Amino acid sequence: MNIFDIVGPVMVGPSSSHTAGAVKIGYVSRKLLGENIREVHILLYGSFLATGRGHGTDRAIVAGLLGMLPDDDRVPYSMEEAEKQNMKVTFGEAVLKEAHPNTAVLQMKGESGRELEVVAASLGGGRIKICMIDGLDANFTAEHPTLIVHNQDQPGHVAEVTSMLSHKAINIATMQLYRDGRGGNAVMILECDKEIPEEAIKWLKHLEGVNKVTYYSMEEA
Amino acid sequence: MAYKSLEDICNIAKQENIPFWEVIRGDDCRERQVSPEESFAMMEQMYLAMEKADQKYRGDQKSHSGMAGGDGKLLEEYVKQGKNLSGPFIGQVMQRAVKMAESNACMRRIVAAPTAGSCGVLPAVLLSYESQYDCPRQKIIEALFVAAGIGQIIAERASIAGASGGCQAEIGSASAMAAGALTYLLGGKEPEICSAVAISLKGLLGLTCDPIGGLVEVPCVKRNVIGAVNAVTTADMVTAGIQSVIPADEVIDAMGEIGREMPKRYRETSEGGLAVTPTALKIASELSEKE
Repeated sequence: MNIFDIVGPVMVGPSSSHTAGAVKIGYVSRKLLGENIREVHILLYGSFLATGRGHGTDRAIVAGLLGMLPDDDRVPYSMEEAEKQNMKVTFGEAVLKEAHPNTAVLQMKGESGRELEVVAASLGGGRIKICMIDGLDANFTAEHPTLIVHNQDQPGHVAEVTSMLSHKAINIATMQLYRDGRGGNAVMILECDKEIPEEAIKWLKHLEGVNKVTYYSMEEA
Repeated sequence: MAYKSLEDICNIAKQENIPFWEVIRGDDCRERQVSPEESFAMMEQMYLAMEKADQKYRGDQKSHSGMAGGDGKLLEEYVKQGKNLSGPFIGQVMQRAVKMAESNACMRRIVAAPTAGSCGVLPAVLLSYESQYDCPRQKIIEALFVAAGIGQIIAERASIAGASGGCQAEIGSASAMAAGALTYLLGGKEPEICSAVAISLKGLLGLTCDPIGGLVEVPCVKRNVIGAVNAVTTADMVTAGIQSVIPADEVIDAMGEIGREMPKRYRETSEGGLAVTPTALKIASELSEKE
């Protein structure tokens, strides 16, 4: 572990998993949506549901959705802030099979009408994992710039994406592929060693057979 | 990480003829690709954040559950009268430990060290030592590197999470980190720092994590006092010349074994121990009704 994972992080209490990790889940989800949120339905699961209120998990997730980081001392007042910014927040219980005990499902709708559903888990020590995006498996920690491409399961899409990255001299740290069935919906998740330029993301969005492109940038919003 | 044990750190210190803390900083420079000055400045930021959190404590704050808050103020007023049996230094340490842990429970900004639940231990001893013994800031930051290195080894060989190792992994680790840091400030070298880790951790082996209602409040807040005071008495013992019979790395391994074998109900599940006492169950059911 890095020494600043031992002495640090600076965070709003009381719990690195239930509070700091929860802020990060909200923060990363908002960036994945890529715009300000109009409406969000937050479903909590397991320990998040059982002890979430006492740990401020609900307020922490909302704070992250407003773009706050785990050390922002406005985290406890995020509900009031959400109201001020006209972000509609509702809560519920998540029904999931075999999920990590600290899991949340976020159903977001942005100001342009764009919708995104994220399932994320808080792993401890403030680290998180994005488990699903729009019902398809994902599996990344948001510690690298990450590209998520939803496409039709047909030959050539992996080559298109990796050629683009090669052309931009971007090294791939990890890569995963999932699909719901042959010829159905597929998703590829690429964690990269540096940021992908915006025009490259735009180019991907226009490719035939590509249904949705989501990008997580490490740069602060 | 260039080291896997406290012994490794001591060997590197000897070979390169540098103190313990510089071994830790050197490793951070390599891992994060930063300069020694940048690494030092970042650690100073952590200390400033601890100092600010201590100063911003409010005696009127209460946690969401209502169980935590106000005790730091009671201690402060008592210690101010100068009547406390444990003397002025321990008086400062106690009140700072409670204050920081209460701030954490009340959703204020703190520095996890190594965890949020044990965030009161390290700042309680370092801030008190700096103010009461007029210690230069530079030395305090060096001591924080010592603490961080100790925490790294514990995380590597055992655990620093209550859910995997019980409270010994949180308050125990924080106490060992603080004991090593204080021993360094009292003039201890590598063998004394290692003895401090061993003795402080041995005193807290087996400590369970069974908090009321699953919240980081009871017994966590007051347990920060135990971790901090244990660090002070250990540093005194070691500086007096007392050594640990069992080497520090072996104590850490024992803590890891005890954590792995500890029943799940004592590892942050609130299914055993203090969490299922009649009073705790009553409080927990009142809390869930409140939600």
